[in-house]
Amino acid sequence: MLNIENLKAKIDNKEILKGLNLNIKPGEVHAIMGPNGSGKSTLSNILSGKKGYEVNGTVSFEGENLLELETEERAHKGIFLAFQYPLEIPGVNTNTFLKTSINAIKKARGEKELDAIEFLKLIKQKSLELKFDEKILSRQLNVGFSGGEKKKNEILQMSILDPKLSILDETDSGLDIDALRIVSEGVNSLRNNKKSFLIITHYQRLLDYIKPDFVHVLKNGQIIKSGDYELAKELEKVGYEDFN
Amino acid sequence: MDPDNNQVSNPEIDNLIEKNYEFGFTTEIESETIPPGLNEDVIRLISKKKDEPQFLLDWRLKAFNHWLKLKEPKWGKLKIDEIDYQNISYFSAPKLENAPKSLDEVDPKLLETYDKLGIPLHERAKLAGVAVDAVFDSVSVATTFKKKLAEAGVIFSSFSEAVKEHPELIKKYLGKVVPYRDNYFAALNAAVFSDGSFVYIPKGVRCPMELSTYFRINEANTGQFERTLIVADEGSHVSYLEGCTAPMRDENQLHAANVELIALDDAEIKYSTVQNWYPGDKDGVGGIYNFVTKRGLCKGKNSKISWTQVETGSAITWKYPSCILKGDNSVGEFYSIAITNNHQKADTGTKMIHLGKNTKSKIISKGISAGNSDMMYRGLVDISSKADNSRNFTQCDSLLMGNKCGAHTIPYIKNKNLKSNIEHEATTSKISDEQLYYCNQRGLNQEEAVSLIVNGFCKEVLQQLPMEFAVEAQKLVGISLEGSVG
Repeated sequence: MLNIENLKAKIDNKEILKGLNLNIKPGEVHAIMGPNGSGKSTLSNILSGKKGYEVNGTVSFEGENLLELETEERAHKGIFLAFQYPLEIPGVNTNTFLKTSINAIKKARGEKELDAIEFLKLIKQKSLELKFDEKILSRQLNVGFSGGEKKKNEILQMSILDPKLSILDETDSGLDIDALRIVSEGVNSLRNNKKSFLIITHYQRLLDYIKPDFVHVLKNGQIIKSGDYELAKELEKVGYEDFN
Repeated sequence: MDPDNNQVSNPEIDNLIEKNYEFGFTTEIESETIPPGLNEDVIRLISKKKDEPQFLLDWRLKAFNHWLKLKEPKWGKLKIDEIDYQNISYFSAPKLENAPKSLDEVDPKLLETYDKLGIPLHERAKLAGVAVDAVFDSVSVATTFKKKLAEAGVIFSSFSEAVKEHPELIKKYLGKVVPYRDNYFAALNAAVFSDGSFVYIPKGVRCPMELSTYFRINEANTGQFERTLIVADEGSHVSYLEGCTAPMRDENQLHAANVELIALDDAEIKYSTVQNWYPGDKDGVGGIYNFVTKRGLCKGKNSKISWTQVETGSAITWKYPSCILKGDNSVGEFYSIAITNNHQKADTGTKMIHLGKNTKSKIISKGISAGNSDMMYRGLVDISSKADNSRNFTQCDSLLMGNKCGAHTIPYIKNKNLKSNIEHEATTSKISDEQLYYCNQRGLNQEEAVSLIVNGFCKEVLQQLPMEFAVEAQKLVGISLEGSVG
């Protein structure tokens, strides 16, 4: 599904990623762990199409050159990024934002757009599945949301947009244990043999709830080791500093 | 290191700023336009063409002679190219062999123009339930729905017609809120105004439909000087909307309108404007000079006047729809969205003059500037010594797009009453690259993202518009700003 070869990225002439390789197949859950400044967020930004980076290497998504696509085109193809810091958009209801979003994607795919009733039905069903409070939807997007509410909202958006590849950028940061559990259950309920996930985190804690198929350690812009869930445990014991 | 803080301008987006003005067509229609120039004879000619009573001609001449003594205001930060008042034609009318008696007799080309503008003049008017008075250049062309309104006792007609049919009402109220001595452009308008709309809502009547006027400047080298007068008698209620467009021309055209509103005891007037005059091209060539005096008088107790404006067009806008709160317990409101792009300049705001006791006013202003444009909110809240227990709340929010535009807020506040209070809040924000990235990641392209964010910013004001116009305004907001982020 996603194939990254020798990915290098610079910003302001500083090299952040220094030849990264990663292959994700449909249905797989990959976790990337690494210390601050290792390039984790840069990776998620480059995959989702944030501007401002000088990028080299190849990234293909379902056989297509991802790097040539605009940010919104990547979203249309089924790439979703759950933001580490979801943005506030004052005056825009969460509902309105979600409806605009899903219909922009449907339109780009040549599918029929949802009318108000179909949309409300979908959103009701998804909130119920995820056990999220619907009240959040009638509030302005992320304005005055607690950290937990913002992250829940990201997961709700993910479930409604139904992406093929979901990238979770430090979704666990700033969550208390209860919120972490709820968010993780949400993610788990979306797993199936077609959807893939790339989970970016500092801590092993999140991986206790969302069991990954693969764990990669990112350090100094490269993946220095890959393994299974056991690797995360080992990392937690040793720490990033002494891990080689 | 952080890409989020990189505020470099985005060439891709800058390219998108060039957005064509949708209403820039002209209509080939034979018209009668008097030669450019301004003197007493021209005024007599206008008055004669309109078959006006003596009192009106006298009033025009007084206004003209007063105007001659005035100097053109050098206003604030606006750089205005010199206006040659002798080079403007003060009267232009589509040529009609005989004046039309009904819509069927109106020149089909005119109707076609209104069709292009999306104005519900014909059947569409019925669907929308809107009564429309359309002013083309200087003359009011057709007023729809007259019959239905007449049954309710509502008078809604062109100004010229009202002068003939209800001279006593015109004589009683004309110039009472905006006297010709008020300012330079008000005096000019009083001298040369050619048409406009007149509304009278009788005692206790709730106007059965939204009333609406569309203004269009078609002829080259003409100015448009219309006058609107709305009188809401005791306990009545009316909602009125005006819309404006003009063709694209290289020279600047002058629009100097006057609007007077009068609300008697317990009456309410809601006045909404969607102004989309031609703003000039991306280099700032051409466009309408929109110098307008709009004022409402809450004359009676418990009366209410509410202004809502969506200002997206014009090269230069200079207007301050105001309320004089004379009656005790009267209420004044001002809701405004002003958008400037490219080289547009807007100096707009409101004045709330509290004279009566327990009077209340509310000002919500949303200014959006993009490109190289400049936006100024200028407002006055004045609470007199007799206006006990009066209150004002003002909120001015500015949104900047790109690094080359400006936004300024100048609130003048005068409170001479210790029992009254004034609250003022102001914010300035910018559409961040991060917000756009977030929207893009959710599948919205740049234009959809900007439109969504700006409409969110304007929401409080858009909500004030009558339903069918709110949708139109929302689209207009999106169009005016397409791609204008840097």
